[in-house]
Amino acid sequence: MALKMVKGSIDRMFDKNLQDLVRGIRNHKEDEAKYISQCIDEIKQELKQDNIAVKANAVCKLTYLQMLGYDISWAAFNIIEVMSASKFTFKRIGYLAASQCFHEGTDVIMLTTNQIRKDLSSPNQYDTGVALTGLSCFVTPDLARDLANDIMTLMSHTKPYIRKKAVLIMYKVFLKYPESLRPAFPRLKEKLEDPDPGVQSAAVNVICELARRNPKNYLSLAPLFFKLMTSSTNNWVLIKIIKLFGALTPLEPRLGKKLIEPLTNLIHSTSAMSLLYECVNTVIAVLISLSSGMPNHSASIQLCVQKLRILIEDSDQNLKYLGLLAMSKILKTHPKSVQSHKDLILQCLDDKDESIRLRALDLLYGMVSKKNLMEIVKKLMIHVDKAEGTTYRDELLTKIIDICSQSNYQYITNFEWYISILVELTRLEGTRHGHLIAAQMLDVAIRVKAIRKFAVSQMAMLLDNAHLIASNTQRNGICEVLYAAAWICGEFSEHLEEANQTLEAMLRPKVTTLPGHIQAVYVQNMVKLYASILQQKEQSGEKEAAQEITQLMIERLPQFVQSADLEVQERASCILQLIKYIQKLQIKEVPVAEEVIALFAGELNPVAPKAQKKVPVPEGLDLDAWINEPPSDSESEDEKPKTIFHDEEQRHSRHKQPEIDEEELARRREARKQEQANNPFYIKSSPSPQKRYQDTPGVEHIPVVQIDLSVPLKVPGMPMSDQYVKLEEERRHKQKLEKDKKKKKQKKEKRGKHHRHNSLHTESEEDIAPAHHVDIITEEMPENALPSDEDDKDSNDPYKALDIDLDKPLADSEKLPVQRHRNAEDLKSPDSEAPLAEKKSKKPKKKEKKHKEKERDKGKKKEKEKKVVEEEEEKKGEDLDFWLSTAPPPASTSQLQSEPEVSAAVVAEPEGVKKEEREEQEEEEDEAKKSSKHKKKKHKKEKEEKSKDKKKSKKKHHHSEEETTESVQNGTLDDEPLPPMSSYHLLAENPYIKMTYDIQGNLQNDSQVTVSVIFENKSTSFLKSMELNVLDSLNTKMIRPEGSSVHDGIPVPFQLPPGISNEAQFVFTLQSIVMAQKLKGTLSFIVKNDEGSTHEKLDFKLHFSCASYLITTPCYSDAFAKLLESGDLHMSSIKVDGISISFQHLLAKICFHHHFSVVERVDSCASMYSRSIQGHHVCLLVKKGENSVSVDGKCSDSTLLSNLLDEMKETLSKC
Amino acid sequence: GCPRQQTGKIHFILLFSRQGKLRLQKWYTTLPEKEKKKITREIVQIILARNQKTSSFVDWKDLKLVYKRYASLYFCCAIEDQDNELLTLEVVHRYVELLDRYFGNVCELDIIFNFEKAYFILDEFIMGGEVQETSKKSAVKAMEDSDMLQETVEEYMNKPAF
Repeated sequence: MALKMVKGSIDRMFDKNLQDLVRGIRNHKEDEAKYISQCIDEIKQELKQDNIAVKANAVCKLTYLQMLGYDISWAAFNIIEVMSASKFTFKRIGYLAASQCFHEGTDVIMLTTNQIRKDLSSPNQYDTGVALTGLSCFVTPDLARDLANDIMTLMSHTKPYIRKKAVLIMYKVFLKYPESLRPAFPRLKEKLEDPDPGVQSAAVNVICELARRNPKNYLSLAPLFFKLMTSSTNNWVLIKIIKLFGALTPLEPRLGKKLIEPLTNLIHSTSAMSLLYECVNTVIAVLISLSSGMPNHSASIQLCVQKLRILIEDSDQNLKYLGLLAMSKILKTHPKSVQSHKDLILQCLDDKDESIRLRALDLLYGMVSKKNLMEIVKKLMIHVDKAEGTTYRDELLTKIIDICSQSNYQYITNFEWYISILVELTRLEGTRHGHLIAAQMLDVAIRVKAIRKFAVSQMAMLLDNAHLIASNTQRNGICEVLYAAAWICGEFSEHLEEANQTLEAMLRPKVTTLPGHIQAVYVQNMVKLYASILQQKEQSGEKEAAQEITQLMIERLPQFVQSADLEVQERASCILQLIKYIQKLQIKEVPVAEEVIALFAGELNPVAPKAQKKVPVPEGLDLDAWINEPPSDSESEDEKPKTIFHDEEQRHSRHKQPEIDEEELARRREARKQEQANNPFYIKSSPSPQKRYQDTPGVEHIPVVQIDLSVPLKVPGMPMSDQYVKLEEERRHKQKLEKDKKKKKQKKEKRGKHHRHNSLHTESEEDIAPAHHVDIITEEMPENALPSDEDDKDSNDPYKALDIDLDKPLADSEKLPVQRHRNAEDLKSPDSEAPLAEKKSKKPKKKEKKHKEKERDKGKKKEKEKKVVEEEEEKKGEDLDFWLSTAPPPASTSQLQSEPEVSAAVVAEPEGVKKEEREEQEEEEDEAKKSSKHKKKKHKKEKEEKSKDKKKSKKKHHHSEEETTESVQNGTLDDEPLPPMSSYHLLAENPYIKMTYDIQGNLQNDSQVTVSVIFENKSTSFLKSMELNVLDSLNTKMIRPEGSSVHDGIPVPFQLPPGISNEAQFVFTLQSIVMAQKLKGTLSFIVKNDEGSTHEKLDFKLHFSCASYLITTPCYSDAFAKLLESGDLHMSSIKVDGISISFQHLLAKICFHHHFSVVERVDSCASMYSRSIQGHHVCLLVKKGENSVSVDGKCSDSTLLSNLLDEMKETLSKC
Repeated sequence: GCPRQQTGKIHFILLFSRQGKLRLQKWYTTLPEKEKKKITREIVQIILARNQKTSSFVDWKDLKLVYKRYASLYFCCAIEDQDNELLTLEVVHRYVELLDRYFGNVCELDIIFNFEKAYFILDEFIMGGEVQETSKKSAVKAMEDSDMLQETVEEYMNKPAF
């Protein structure tokens, strides 16, 4: 025995402890792996010993090795052994090892349950603490289930140290075992008012986390959190709460309004940057979600911007970075407030930190205006020169192009300047954006007619210096600009001054080293050049010169004929033959130029996306009528269509083959379509659209200023674009002087801020007229379509009615509205509004009373706080007024879901309900008293508690049940959280865009509904020119502005930068509303990104449910009774089984999704009312059984009723 | 729609040296061992490559890395998009203060040789990715009290067993 002990201690003396191991590893840098494997062998020996100290030492070493990346999962059982040690010293090591390497897949973990339970109930608080800490790392669903109750009990432990940990770990338990949330939540909520600040802050943490996952379940806690926020001085807690409010506000706009004041106070007063930053972010988020709700928030925004400016000016890079980040959030909705800090943002481009520079670049994009574009781009160009590393330089390059080209070149007043910028950009070496520059050159040269002469001269210069550019022939390298240069010089060769020289440049042997697709363009365009030179020479009678140029072509073209690129070869050999033929004619002295030039006659213009739609339908052609009836399946019916077909044929085309079979016809039709699609001239019915365009009065008023082209195009030492900046300044100055004279005239023009998609014809906010005729050629349209086109171009949004609706709030507040003021005035159903508001404000007072009583019970709240509560509740009443008059349906229903008792009383106030509620409150109060007593008798047994739970009233039960059913979903983290505004349904979605919609009836117009569609840009591209169109049905039609046809879409009055969403409204007329309707429709839009633009479409089906024709209308119980007695109503019923949700929740659902309001509720039976836009009364009696619910309905229209009930059945069957 | 709010907890904390040696790792989200190693390697690389004068924030996948260097050690936390970077820096700083109090002028070697203590201190401060103790005093006190209970393994080893 003694010997064994001695032996043990001797062994131990040879054991390494952790320090020895660490030291050893540091001393064996060369053969670390070998040394460690030796150590692991030793550790394995140590683990075999009985001595727990030795084992603990071994496990400690293993934990260290685990951090170095070694697998220690084989020792899991030994770790558990050490966890079970009675000595805290070892237990602690065991738990540490477990928390570092156990995970759900560790199978021995199930052996730990009893040990952990033992430790949790240990009299030593540190045993409990270490078990809780360990558990927080490796809790599994099984452990959570088995230990949830133990942990819940610990939440009421005497020691705050344990309470705090128990509260925090509950969150993990909820995640792993969602069923635990319901029973644990009341106690968790209690901890929000724990006397220990640590425990309180832990509870805030947990509830905030829960709430941020699924905010709507926690809306009812808002007053409590609001109180905490206004009273707490702990910044950690404050930040959590403020973040939580950020998540709640979208659900409850009134909250946002209330928050602004305390938040701005904090912004003013706090010295903690983290808190300041959180407040600023939340204020921004709140203001965004409030959108139209609050007109006077410009002061708040101003405050945020000011504070952010201070952050950005700080020398601390972190503050600078975050300031810019937050600034970009404001920029999206309040560009103007940010624009005034342009100087500061530009300074940030000089920052040493690339991440700060990139942030600043992002901001600049949204900040440009006509006034500052040149200056900003000049700054950026300087940075391009200075930039180290191609990544940042390429970023700058794309930003410059993005900034300049955004919104159809809206901010460019001088295109010569822009072309010069593009040309300067070609000097960038190693860029991968040659294609982008080329695309811009082409676009500008084609669309800005006045710039062509200048563009051609610049492009000729590029071609002449091609050797500088062509050195880099990598794909998408800078050589791509030669593609554009060659095409522009060829296509607009009439503007070339030294055509010969350019042709010469294009024929240089070095050209053959360019990529094939560029050579092909070269070959094609040199013929255009050749043709124009030929014509010029012939006209001036220089026959020899004409022959010389032909000879030059014949000499140089063969180098392309030998090209390995098929396209180049084919074109070159074809052209070579052509020119040889011309030479023959020239020798015979036949004039050829006219004919050669005819090869390239006519102008290629871009075609508008909707041009096809605008092609007028020829008279007498009914596109909807069958040309041939579709083939039918059965033979017997075969004859009928044939006779029809036969009749027509006889009349119109007897001379043709009357018996063409259908297949043949289909084939021909297909062929014709193909032909049309491939024929670029197909829709070109007007001879010269540009000319007409220029004639239009809309363009005339743009002042045309002669550009002084005598300025040398290049000054040594000064980049060309800089001269334009100077010139532009002078020009603007002059213009301003002129303008001042004409002021009166100008004043009439309202400024069309924000109208991004049209630029040219609206005056900019700076009243800067373009330098010269900025006639960006809009895409071509067929002739007859013109009148409405003009509208299109001139007033950005031709649809006046919609224009007012959508743009007015934008102009006032300058923000992206999410929730629109919808049907605001419609809800003035006069007799209902006032009493409603009163009732609502009464209700909270009761609540307040409850608060007070509670507080008195606890005897620790100050008078002051009560006042706060009072004010708060009063305000709530005001908010409600405000709210009711703006956007009640979705909001009031979200209210319903979170505070069911309250809203039941809001809608109507029958005595019964009131009484019941009072009772309920008393019960709750009792409950509260009980629980506070319980707190005092701290060591009450768990059993007692359970029996108490059982005693809880039914009502109470409902309440907490609701909370859990929703929260269960929270538990599984993978679940998508419910969208906060669940009245919006998905309309359609593709990788670019997501559309959700909501339909609201219009009380003032019995045949109209408003469809609000939220467009969300999911891509990283810019979405523009969105146009929404539907196929009208006989019954349901989209309201289009006067003069447009039923095939016209309605433009969405905004564009979407990446990640942004915005809402637009469309009004529909209906004749009958007794049945649901479905309309097919399409959204077309342009996707613009670095790669260029593509035209995309998204089809959708707009579903007008019968519920969408209903308007939530309150009804008094007496009026309701009269209505039922009148006997004028049809009756119908449904019954749905398998209902598991509470009655409260069920009613909320009916209110929310079907636009009903509760008239009266007694136990599990409720009467409900709603009215359609056409005045149909709909009355419901909803009864809940054990697992089922029955709905009896009465309505003045039987079809409407049965459809409504069908819809309701569908909703309920999902419950 | 409105921005989706996410949970605000710390996903993991890494401590590593200027040479890229990992000194401490604490994961508050469960990941396979392999994944953890990959992430660690990647993040250490990203942060070591950054200029000293840059900001302390890096966007990394859908998370944000907030890091700060104290002497030869980098402290790095991964947080979510909605989280407060400045607050996270304060968390890091608070942890360093706690280490400092406990070890007295903490240095990298303290953490290497007493790595389990560094973990225990962290566990008293943060639990499951949430700050559990905002008061410095309480955290240090809890640490010292539990130390009183424990005679270190070393002391035990040095005691004669007979």
